[in-house]
Parts: sequence; C-alpha cells; structure tokens
Amino acid sequence: MNALRLLRRYMSASVKAQMQYPGSMAMIVAGQFVTTMLDLVAIWALFSRFGSVDGWRFGDIAMFFGLVSISFAIADFLTRGFDVLGTEFIKTGNFDRILLRPRTTTLQLIGHDFRFNRAGRLLQGLVVTIIGTQSLDFHWTAPAIALALWTIAGGVALFVGLMVIQGALAFWTTESLEVMNLLTYGGVQAAQFPLGVYEKWFRNFLIFVVPIACVAYFPVLAILGKPDPLGAPSWLLPFTPLAGFLFFGVSLLAWRAGVSKYTSTGS
Amino acid sequence: MELARPYVAAFSARFMLVLQYRAAAVAGFATQCWWGAIKVMIYAAFYRASPSAASAPMTLAQVITYTWLAQGFLALAPWTTDPDIALAVRSGAVSFDRLRPVDTYSLWYARAAAWMTSRAVPRAALMFLLAGIILPVFGLSEWSWKLPPTLAQAALFAMSLVLVVALASAVVMILNIAVVVTLNERGVNYLLSPFTVVLSGNLLPLALFPDWMHRLLFLQPFAGIVDIPFRIYSGNLEGREAFAGVGLQALWTLLLVAGGRAWMHRVMQRLDIQGG
Repeated sequence: MNALRLLRRYMSASVKAQMQYPGSMAMIVAGQFVTTMLDLVAIWALFSRFGSVDGWRFGDIAMFFGLVSISFAIADFLTRGFDVLGTEFIKTGNFDRILLRPRTTTLQLIGHDFRFNRAGRLLQGLVVTIIGTQSLDFHWTAPAIALALWTIAGGVALFVGLMVIQGALAFWTTESLEVMNLLTYGGVQAAQFPLGVYEKWFRNFLIFVVPIACVAYFPVLAILGKPDPLGAPSWLLPFTPLAGFLFFGVSLLAWRAGVSKYTSTGS
Repeated sequence: MELARPYVAAFSARFMLVLQYRAAAVAGFATQCWWGAIKVMIYAAFYRASPSAASAPMTLAQVITYTWLAQGFLALAPWTTDPDIALAVRSGAVSFDRLRPVDTYSLWYARAAAWMTSRAVPRAALMFLLAGIILPVFGLSEWSWKLPPTLAQAALFAMSLVLVVALASAVVMILNIAVVVTLNERGVNYLLSPFTVVLSGNLLPLALFPDWMHRLLFLQPFAGIVDIPFRIYSGNLEGREAFAGVGLQALWTLLLVAGGRAWMHRVMQRLDIQGG
C-alpha cells in the first residue's frame, strides 16, 4: 500500500471516530469559530477609534489574519500526533510500536488523528479573508489567487514544522511542551499585524528565526500589490513563503536527531 | 469564626496544592509575557500613528499598565469550570461533598477562589518583576507596568481586587452547577470563554470600544473582573466613577451568589450520581 492510500485509510478511520459524537463536534466547531473570530472584534474596535495606522487599514489586517488562520488551521488538522507525542507515545512507551511498523514515523504520526473540528478555525480564516476583500474592495485575479495558495502552502509548512519541532523536543523532555504554543498560537497572533508595528528585535525574530512574516506579511503585500514600507525589494516578496519550506526542512533534521535519541520508557 | 473554619481550611488546602505546579506557572507566565508584549507594541503603534490618540479615553501609559495587569492576573478570570468539580461530577464524588456536614455551595466557592488565586499570585508577582522592575532598569520605562498614581487609587484597587476574586468565583460557581446539570464541562467551557474574553476587557480595555457602548459595557457583570479593577489601578477610573465601579462589583457578586445558591438548591433536590 502506498503512503497516500494509507493516509486516506487513516483519515477515514478518524472521520468515523469523530462522527460518533456529532453534537459535541458541531459545538466545538462553532465555539472555535466564535473564539477565533473575536480577535477581529478587537481589531475592528481599534481601527474605528484610531483610524488607519501608518497607512494600514482594517481590510489589510483582515487579509493578513485570514490567510495565516487558514494556514494554521490546516497545519493543526494534520499534526495532532506530534502535539500529543510526549504524553501519548513517549511517556507510555507506545513509540516503540511506531518504530516497529514498516512505515516512517512521520507518516504514522500524521495518520494518528485528523482533527476535523479545526474546521472552525478554517471557516474563520475564510470569513475573515472575505471581510478583508470586501473592505478593501479587492479583486482576486488569477495570479493573486495563485499567490494566496502558495502563501498558504508556505504557512502550512511552517506551522507543521513548528509542531514537528515540538514533537522532537519531547524526546528530550518526555513531556509535551506547551511553551511551543507561544510560537503557534502566538505566531498567528503576531502575524495579524504589519511588521512595522513591532520593535526591531521582534521583527528580526519573525523574519529570520521563526519566519512567520515570510508566510503572512511579505506575500500578502505582494498579493495586495503594495510596496513594503520597511524596504524589502518588491521582486523578493512572492518568493518569501519558501522560508516556510526551509523551516520545515530544518524541523525534519531536528526530528531525526530526536528519534535517534529515543530510549524507551514505560513497561 | 468557628462557622467559617471548614471553608478556610478548604481554601488553604487547595491554595497550597495548586501552588506546587511550578512548571505550569512558568509556562503560563511565558505565554502571558509574549501576549502582553505583542499587545503593548500594537497599542503603541496605534497611539503613535493616530491623530485621534490625544482624545482617546485612556492614555498609552494607562493602557500599557492595564495590559500587564490583565496578563499577570489572567488566572483570576472565570475561563472554565473548576476542573475538580467536573471530575467529581463524572466520577460520582459529588455525593461525598453532599454528605459532608458543611454547606456545599460555600465549600465549592472557597475551593474555586483558592484555585484561581493560587494560580494568579505567582504569575502576577513574576509579571511585576519583569514588567515593573526589569523593564525600567533596562531603560524601557515607557513600556513598563507603573505604580498607581495616588495612594487612594491603590487602596481602592486593593478592595476592587478582592472583589474580583469574589465575583469571578461566583461566576465559576454558576458554571459548576451547569456542569452538574449537563454532566459534561466541555460545552459549558466553550460557551463561556468568548464572553469572558470580550466583556471582561481582557481582549481590549472596554474604554477603547466605541463611545456609545461604554455605559452598557460598564454595567455588565464581566467588567468587574478586568476592566474596573485595572482602570482603577492605572488611575483611569477615579472619584465617583471608581466607587460606582466597586459598588457594581459588589452588587453583581451578591446577585450571582444568590442566584447560584438558589439554582444549586433546586439542582441538588434531584441529583443523579454518576460512576459506580
């Protein structure tokens, strides 16, 4: 059986399991939609009080926020296995079983669980993008759509990379590190605003360390056809999502190092 | 005094227990620092860039102090039901609490209050150390957590903070009873936290919402959990309005406790015990 077919099998098992509780599922999706939507309330209130900030309008922020939400929702959907690696696999010794099967560890962990309730955040990302489109009166041309899909792909790679690193760290800590939520949930938070509002040290962190700006701020500028007020060359902007894939590559190296470090626990 | 003893004991036992979870405190603190820093930078950008900043109902310094306070005391807000009560409902341990020769409402209330304060105290202390002392030492005093402007405001804040615990515990008690009724805490938690985050002023100081909403936002119960105490601290809410704020906190606490007691009485008349 090839990898894709196996993943499809995993996915259908996941669907069946989660659909056992349709009411609970609907409530979680709705709750997540409302909760993630609230950030937009704060953004709206700030803009209605203060007007534009350095030429940025409400619609621009909605575009940054919408696309990064979609990326994160997809990544979160795929990476439950890495999220619970510490508590469910390493602490219990269950990771031994994964190592024994004739498939890669990453494939099996992705297949461990697909969280369909992440649809709440996905829906929120789409709605926020539509609100941004309306607010800016933006017309989606074919190149703009292609660039948006490319941006989302880069964003998914980056967030999956973060989760893989969180998993890899669990080989040392044997505990799922919730501090990594800073970079995932906190990254979504930071990506909502144009880079210029942040202090220099934080900007550099968002470009060069965890390149969240490269999968939100820079490519969205290219989509909107705006120059970067901070002076990044315009020809470079559409290529920045590559940094997300680069980050994913680095995370796989960390993963390898982690797996080779694994010693079984549990009994 | 003798009457209060079991509840004081329940409070201090839970307080000391929760205080043991140091890793959780450090993780929570790190998250709150990150969130606080992002918020402070964003507010600063809006205030710096906007011509209408001068007429805003709060100064930037007040908003910054408010933000650090709200992050430091985050655990005082009623985000979820008390996890111990939810567990007791599922396992059937509620029946033990009913058999104790004490008032169940007061016992759970004391435990909820202890659970919230014991998580808030270490984080708020760390937050003050970082945002109130370390930031100014490094020359970043414009980003820092400032002291209250007058002694009178400080005294009023102390009173208001005690009422935050009282009010938030009363809200958590309503949720606890809802869990006893529905037997599951997830739905209740999902329903509540959006309200808490917006209406308390955690997401954004309520004063920064459009002016026409202010009166309504001030009068609703959640304002007493974040907005009223921290605006008193920062000197944004003074004089008669500050007293009105503290009065509202007390009033809502009384109403919610009375309502919670009445509801609990009804629910406990017919209680299905889970487990076996």
